[in-house]
Amino acid sequence: MAQAAAHEHHAPSGLKRWLFSTNHKDIGTMYLVLAFVGGVVGLIMSIWFRLELMFPGMQLTPDPQFFNVLITAHGLLMVFFFIMPALIGGFGNWMVPLQIGAPDMAFPRMNNISFWLTAAGMILLVASLFVGGAGTGWTIYPPLSSQPYHASPAVDLAIFSLHLAGAGSLLGAINFIVTIFNMRAPGMTLHKMPLFVWSILVTAFLLVLALPVLAGAITMLLTDRNFGTSFFKPEGGGDPVLFQHLFWFFGHPEVYIMILPSFGIISHVVSTFSRKPVFGYLGMVYAMVAIGFIGFIVWAHHMYTVGMNTDVEAYFVAATMVIAVPTGIKVFSWIATMWGGSIRFTTPMLFAIGMIVLFTIGGVTGVVLANAAADYALHDTYYVVAHFHYTLSMGALFGIFAGYYYWIGKMTGRQYDEKLGKIHFWMLFIGVNLTFFPMHFLGLAGMPRRIPDYPDAFFGWNFVASVGALIGLLSTLLFFYIVWKTFRAGEKCPDNPWGEGATTLEWTVPSPAPFHTFEKQPVVR
Amino acid sequence: MSETAEAQQHPYHLVDPSPWPVVGTVGALALTGGGVAWMHDYGWGPWAVLLGAVITAVTMYGWWRDVLEESRAGFHTPVVSRGLRLGMALFITSEVFFFFAFFWAFFWGALVPPETVAVSWPPEGVEPVPTWEIPFLNTIILLTSGATVTWAHHAIREGDNATAFKALVLTVVLGLTFTFFQAYEYYEAIVVEGFDLTDGIFGSAFYMATGFHGLHVLIGSMFLIVCAYRAWKDDFTPQQHVGFEAAAWYWHFVDVVWLFLFTWVYWWGGSLEFTVQPVG
Repeated sequence: MAQAAAHEHHAPSGLKRWLFSTNHKDIGTMYLVLAFVGGVVGLIMSIWFRLELMFPGMQLTPDPQFFNVLITAHGLLMVFFFIMPALIGGFGNWMVPLQIGAPDMAFPRMNNISFWLTAAGMILLVASLFVGGAGTGWTIYPPLSSQPYHASPAVDLAIFSLHLAGAGSLLGAINFIVTIFNMRAPGMTLHKMPLFVWSILVTAFLLVLALPVLAGAITMLLTDRNFGTSFFKPEGGGDPVLFQHLFWFFGHPEVYIMILPSFGIISHVVSTFSRKPVFGYLGMVYAMVAIGFIGFIVWAHHMYTVGMNTDVEAYFVAATMVIAVPTGIKVFSWIATMWGGSIRFTTPMLFAIGMIVLFTIGGVTGVVLANAAADYALHDTYYVVAHFHYTLSMGALFGIFAGYYYWIGKMTGRQYDEKLGKIHFWMLFIGVNLTFFPMHFLGLAGMPRRIPDYPDAFFGWNFVASVGALIGLLSTLLFFYIVWKTFRAGEKCPDNPWGEGATTLEWTVPSPAPFHTFEKQPVVR
Repeated sequence: MSETAEAQQHPYHLVDPSPWPVVGTVGALALTGGGVAWMHDYGWGPWAVLLGAVITAVTMYGWWRDVLEESRAGFHTPVVSRGLRLGMALFITSEVFFFFAFFWAFFWGALVPPETVAVSWPPEGVEPVPTWEIPFLNTIILLTSGATVTWAHHAIREGDNATAFKALVLTVVLGLTFTFFQAYEYYEAIVVEGFDLTDGIFGSAFYMATGFHGLHVLIGSMFLIVCAYRAWKDDFTPQQHVGFEAAAWYWHFVDVVWLFLFTWVYWWGGSLEFTVQPVG
């Protein structure tokens, strides 16, 4: 069986090609489709929030718990079923083997179960919405997530959703690490490896070390809910704060899991369209490694208000601020890459520059929030929402769009419409800034997050934010059209549409990249 | 046979399309969805779990069978084998961090009791499992099994599958003996002494940590049974025995987790005593 099929060098067809796939490009495509679905559903929820919050009073939410459920589902969908599958599963699967000159991933069959487990996780999360929903926030803190306050099966479904998606991501991470360590083309030493591959490598290590701790934490939550254990119950000697520690030991690396691949994409895009190699390549590599490492020792800055010892808080403040150093190295290296370059403002480049600007704003508010004293006032306000949407909904999302426009020609063989792409960028740029920048003011004024109603005093900036969200929605509708037009009538994309600035190996294969690539290994000088 | 593997110009293994990932995922969905239904007393829950377990078992059988066939067909070149070893090492690393969460909970309960309620360790009326009886016996059993699995490794490296088979059978017997004693220990504690996982954080952490370890001993035993069968079929060569190495590493990992459990949860945790009164 295995021998006969090894002769088949053409693509399998029909349902078998997709359901049983062992091809990194097909699996990457399926991840991108899943991410598209997750992102659109998550977006619809966020539009619901902005319509609800456009005016004081309750607009369309039947009861506040429903709002909580939407908030939770929005967070979980965007994190686990949009950003991660798009950046890691989608672009990672497509581009890591291409950029290191490997014919596929190390474990093609395991690659497939990574995808399907992610899809199964999404099914369970959606199912939880139909049995009452989990109104806990994506952090699922007990006691809110415990039996007395969420008696329905929804939280249990959400827990298993995270288990399945987590198992899928874990296997995917192992796959990436082995692929990168074991399958690089001759001559490609680690210090010659493209930065996107490095970003995926660091991300994969974070996943391997962080996800199992989340799995343990939610397993204990599950037994607390259903089997009478007392891990997070003070009456039995347990402690809800323990859950917060376990969650954020995962959760903080998780935010770097979401942003590092975006860093990788931005490096390629900036270098390509400045027609210069990345400034300070090794610094960029070790900045990512440093961010990954420090990311594991700062988790409690998410929980300053639980009543920690002041010395412990002081440590977490200091450690957190240290992250600004490697992050600064990256931002300044991107700027230095552009410095003196012959810059072309294509759509991916616009998204890359937009990402650098907006992520930096999110980084700066992160330094503000890192101060325990400031965080006492700002914790759980809209300031935090503004901060993490600047890093994620702009940092990670703009990275996804930069990658999409950069690589769509390689993936489909058809190029996007440059003019529409630029309009998409500007609309989205205006939309997200209008949405999230006023949230800083709302947060400083004391507006709490995750609340469907507010005093009249907060009306003005909420209205502005909602208008921004609608502009963002329009830009996304335009994006649908751009995607449709690319597939329908996109111009044929040459092997390398970007010229001499694009130096990585994916630009040496035809567009669209054939089903099998690099069956003869390329040699890197 | 392996001429196809030689005709290609790279040493990697491009796997054929396979039904197992999607079938296995259906199994996982049935297990988890059915599990939730069962926990919330829906009648179909247990049946869905059963179905999921069957699908998972079939998937494991089919998937492993395919891997073995591919190995025999020569697809597992030295480079591919190195990748498989690295993959197993990473998987074990992730397992270490899974247990890290439960140890964290255990130490939290033992060292950072809540200040708002009266708590005692061990809880009122609970007698901790005596460290130097069954747990110590199990330590010796598991350490011995670590030695026998190494014996099997040496035999395989000398091409002596017959000896490897004996050593592996001995390892499996020791593993099952461990499981038997743990089951007996649980029986004594739960049924005779009335100490179970609802006995506060002390019981929760004890049963969660030792229970998941016990589950891993069972998984490791299954892995070793497959290896014993393969040794019996003369399937290992001195050059090619990644499956055995993975099983042996996994077994050693289970062994090390046990040493931590024995030292901290049974011994230290069993001899620790405190009572905290609420502050204020």
